[in-house]
Amino acid sequence: MAADTRRESDVSRESDSGRGSTAGGSAGNAESHSLGPVPLPAASRFRPLLGLLVPAAVVVVWHLIVATGTIPAYQLPTPLRVAETLYGMGASGELWGHVAITVQRVVLGAGLGIAVGTVFGTATGLSRTASDLLDPLLQSLKNIPSLAWVPLFLLWFGIGESAKVLLIAVGSFFPVYLNLSTGIAAVDEELLEVAEVYDLGRVESLRRVVFPAALPDLLVGIRGGVGLAWMFVVAAELIAASQGIGFLLSDGRTLARPDIIVGSILLFAFLGNCSDVAVKEVRDRVVGR
Amino acid sequence: MSSGADPVLAVDDLRKRYDDTVALDGVDLAVADGEFVAVVGPSGCGKSTLLRVLSGLEAEFGGRVAVDGTDVCDGGSDAVGMVFQEPRLLDWADVRENIAVGLPADVDPDAPAARERVDDLIETVGLGGFADSHPDELSGGMAQRVSLARGLAYNPSVLLLDEPFSALDRLTKADQQDHLLDVWEARGTTVVLVTHDVEEAVYLADRVVVLGGQPGTVESVVDVDIDRPRERADTELVALRREVTAVLGR
Repeated sequence: MAADTRRESDVSRESDSGRGSTAGGSAGNAESHSLGPVPLPAASRFRPLLGLLVPAAVVVVWHLIVATGTIPAYQLPTPLRVAETLYGMGASGELWGHVAITVQRVVLGAGLGIAVGTVFGTATGLSRTASDLLDPLLQSLKNIPSLAWVPLFLLWFGIGESAKVLLIAVGSFFPVYLNLSTGIAAVDEELLEVAEVYDLGRVESLRRVVFPAALPDLLVGIRGGVGLAWMFVVAAELIAASQGIGFLLSDGRTLARPDIIVGSILLFAFLGNCSDVAVKEVRDRVVGR
Repeated sequence: MSSGADPVLAVDDLRKRYDDTVALDGVDLAVADGEFVAVVGPSGCGKSTLLRVLSGLEAEFGGRVAVDGTDVCDGGSDAVGMVFQEPRLLDWADVRENIAVGLPADVDPDAPAARERVDDLIETVGLGGFADSHPDELSGGMAQRVSLARGLAYNPSVLLLDEPFSALDRLTKADQQDHLLDVWEARGTTVVLVTHDVEEAVYLADRVVVLGGQPGTVESVVDVDIDRPRERADTELVALRREVTAVLGR
C-alpha cells in the first residue's frame, strides 16, 4: 500500500513538470491537487510490459548458467547462439521454407478441422437424435493422444501432405465440436420461446437467435482448436516430414545441434502465440462490446 | 364494453395439466376487440400457464382456445404477441434489431418501411435515441419497454403481458403502467395482462378476471366501469380493489 502511494506521487510529480512546460507556470497548487488521479492511466499503460520482466530475467539467468559452465554448451546453447543460428538460417533463406510449410499445414488442417467441427457441432447441438448417435463416439475419440494417430494416418495416407493436414484437422476438430455442440444445446430456452411466439421459423431462429447466442462458444472452440493444431503439427512433422519446424527439431537432435532444437521450440512458441493472439483479437471484436 | 360482437379471444373450458398436477381446470374467458383485461390470482393458480396456452407455447391442453376465430392449435397463436415477465432480449443485438424480431414473418426487416415501423415503435415506447443501444446499456424498465415494442411490432390481435412490471421498483412501475395505457389507447390493441398486483389490475383494466384455487378456475369477474383517465386514489377504484382482494382471499 505504501509503495503504491509513493509511486503515485512520483508519477504525478512528473506530469506536473510536463504540464508546466506546455501550459506555463500558471498552474496553481490547488489545480495539480485535483489532477492527482489523472496520471494513473499512464502508469497502467506500462503494465503489459511487466510481463516481459520475468522472461528477460530467464534469458539472463540462462546465459549465466551456460557461460559459467554449469550446463555444458553442447546440451544448452547460449541465448545469443540460438539467435545467431536462427538469424543465419533466416539470412540464408533456409528457415523460411520450413516456417512456410508448417504454417501452411496448420492453416489447412485447422481450417478443415474447424469446418467439420462446426458442421458436427451444429448437428449434435440442434438434434437430440444426432447427439445420441454421435456424441458418445466423438467424446471417446477425443481422448486419443495425437501421437497415437500418427502410425494409422501414415498407413492410410502415406507420408504426403494429406496425412499431416488430416492429423492436424483431427486435433482442431474436437474443441470446436465440443464447444459449439454444448453452446447450441445450451441456448437459453426463454429466447427460443421468444422466437416461437414471434413465429421466426426454423431458419430465422437459427440465424437470429441460436447461432449468435452460440457464437462465443464457437470462438472459444476455435481458439482451442488452433492451439491443438500446433500440438498436432509437431507430432506429424517429428515423425514423417522432410521439411517444417518439427522436422528442424528432429534434425537438430540428429545433428546434435541444441541451438537448432531450442530455436525451433522458440519458433513454435512465437507462431503459436501469434495465432492465439489473432484468434483472441477476432473473438474480442466479435463478442466483446 | 365486454358485450361486443365476436370476441377476439375465446377460451372455452380450458384444462391443462403437467404430469400429475392440474394447472387449469375449466377456464372460460372471452375478450372483445380493443378490450383491456387483467387476470389476477395468487401464485400457483395457473396465470402464466394460461398465457402460455394462449401464445401457443403449450402444445397439449384440453378445451378450446381461439384467436380471431382460429384455434391456437391451427395457427391462431400466430396472431398473439407476448411480453414476458423478463424482457428476454437478445443481448448481442441493439434495440432496433431486438424490436425487429417481432416484425411479422412476411416483413423484410431491412426494408425501409420496416425500419420506419421499428423507429416509430421506438418513439412510441419512449426510447428515442436508444435505437443503437444494447440491452446491457438499458435499465430494467427500458428493457421491458423494448420487449413491449417488440410485441407491438408484431401487430397482434391480442397482446399478452405476463407480469411485465413485477420486477420494477414502485415509481418505475407506475410510469410504465401509465405508459402502457397510453400505448393501448393510441393503438387500440386488445390486451390481456396477467398480474398478482390487484391495484395494478384495477387501475389498468376494463375487466378483472380473478383466477383462484388449485387447480385454477375463474372465481369471479369484476367490471371496472370507471372513466379514464383514472386516479389511482379514486374512491370507486379503491372499493373495487377491496372487492377483488376479498374474492382472492376467499
